[in-house]
Amino acid sequence: MSSEGSLPAYYEIPPGGAIPEPGSSLKYKTGSWRVLRPVINQDKCVRCRLCWVYCPDAAILELDEEYVTSKGRRYKITYKVNYDYCKGCGVCARECPVNAIEMVPEPIGGEE
Amino acid sequence: MAVAAEERLHVERKKPRPLSTNSAIAHAVKDLDVDVVAAYPITPQTTVVEKIAEFIADGELEAEMVHVESEHSALSATVAAALTGARAFTATASQGLELMHEILHIASGLRTPIVMSVAMRALSAPISIWNDHSDVMNARDSGWIIFFVSSAQEAYDTVIQGYRIAEDSDVLLPVMVAYDGYVMSHTMEPVVTEDRDSVLAYAPKRPFPYKLDPEKPVTLGALADPDWYYEIKYQIVEAMRRALDKAREADEEFGKRFGRKYGLVECYMCEGAKSLIVAASSYAATLKAVLPRAWEEGLKVGLLRLRLYRPFPEDLIVDALSNVDSVLVIDRAISYGAPYQGPLANEFSGLILKHGLGVNLVSVVAGIGQRRMVDDDFLKLAKLAWEARTVRKPETIFYGVRK
Repeated sequence: MSSEGSLPAYYEIPPGGAIPEPGSSLKYKTGSWRVLRPVINQDKCVRCRLCWVYCPDAAILELDEEYVTSKGRRYKITYKVNYDYCKGCGVCARECPVNAIEMVPEPIGGEE
Repeated sequence: MAVAAEERLHVERKKPRPLSTNSAIAHAVKDLDVDVVAAYPITPQTTVVEKIAEFIADGELEAEMVHVESEHSALSATVAAALTGARAFTATASQGLELMHEILHIASGLRTPIVMSVAMRALSAPISIWNDHSDVMNARDSGWIIFFVSSAQEAYDTVIQGYRIAEDSDVLLPVMVAYDGYVMSHTMEPVVTEDRDSVLAYAPKRPFPYKLDPEKPVTLGALADPDWYYEIKYQIVEAMRRALDKAREADEEFGKRFGRKYGLVECYMCEGAKSLIVAASSYAATLKAVLPRAWEEGLKVGLLRLRLYRPFPEDLIVDALSNVDSVLVIDRAISYGAPYQGPLANEFSGLILKHGLGVNLVSVVAGIGQRRMVDDDFLKLAKLAWEARTVRKPETIFYGVRK
């Protein structure tokens, strides 16, 4: 119930909970909310970027990492999920035109 | 010679003019140099913002008038404007105040220093455009500072005091200035208005300290999880406590500068009184005219006029109650099914218990939907209050209802 000692008292918080420092939402790791995690099949992925566009939390990363598929197709970029912030909403899996993203249950106990 | 001219000017400036309470409030907004007014028409408030629109059109006030599609939007726009550092105002009544309800809590939760006038009116259904206090009583726990004013002059003065209190960095709470619809909103009274320089010297603009500014980004209204929400709401508890002293100071300073002050509560004919009637807004003004008659009939009944309602000026009220045997509380709202069916009576009941006061309480509901109350009715209430010194009357009296 009490968080004494670790969190600020009421008078140490700016009035109304104003946050005077920009970008502080990065400190709030919303990945713990997730029940299902998106897993990208790099062989199926056609690098269309739709998941990156749709993700409401900017949790799809577009990385300059080369990837060669099992059929020998070479991509200059790779999409990965930032599990620190992905809430598991599943919009990426829903919108993926080649069904390259699977929603997989998180392990019970919530380990990352 | 220069002194004489100055004196003449002073006298001229202090000359009252006939204004309704609605007009007096519009004048206060102009003299406070308010920057943003968001408005949606609702009877009996509408002439407040109509008059402000006239001032803007005539170039007497340089302000942004935002025409919105509802009261929910009116208060939302007012809150948003204040959070950018503007001095912002809106006015409402009745259903409008009810539609604003969720934004009432957002305004106080975000610590928005705004002032809103409320021309108090009954609530639907059935539809009534007439006066009672149901609208404000339904908003009392929303974290707003609430004043009940009794004259057009007091309305003008209290809107000005309101900004000084709201914008104080130790307070940062929205202020509601409430008065009786029609009985006051549309009735002419003599009102002295002050010049803008004097008003702004008394209530200088002090913008919201964490205002929205692209050069210095802030986040307002973020999600607060269970580790944070309670502390942020508790801040309002403490701000309310500080607001009591600030309101007292604002009234004192107003008195020094402009020669008018009201106190947070007013005790009228309390000296030697054995019984008190608690009333707010226009009823208090009527009682001042009636109580001398009561005393002539041997009823030593005083008036405790509630001016500041939130925060509740507890010490002053306890002082007043300490000298009497009974208190009659007039409620113009119904708390359906409550132990006392008037909301104010319940609060007085709690106060009497908390401070161990040996005072008999009488709860009277009256004037619902502006059911007529004339001098003789108030005289009857004075008799009831007087009788209650020795006879307990535990049930709420619904005065004037046909049974």
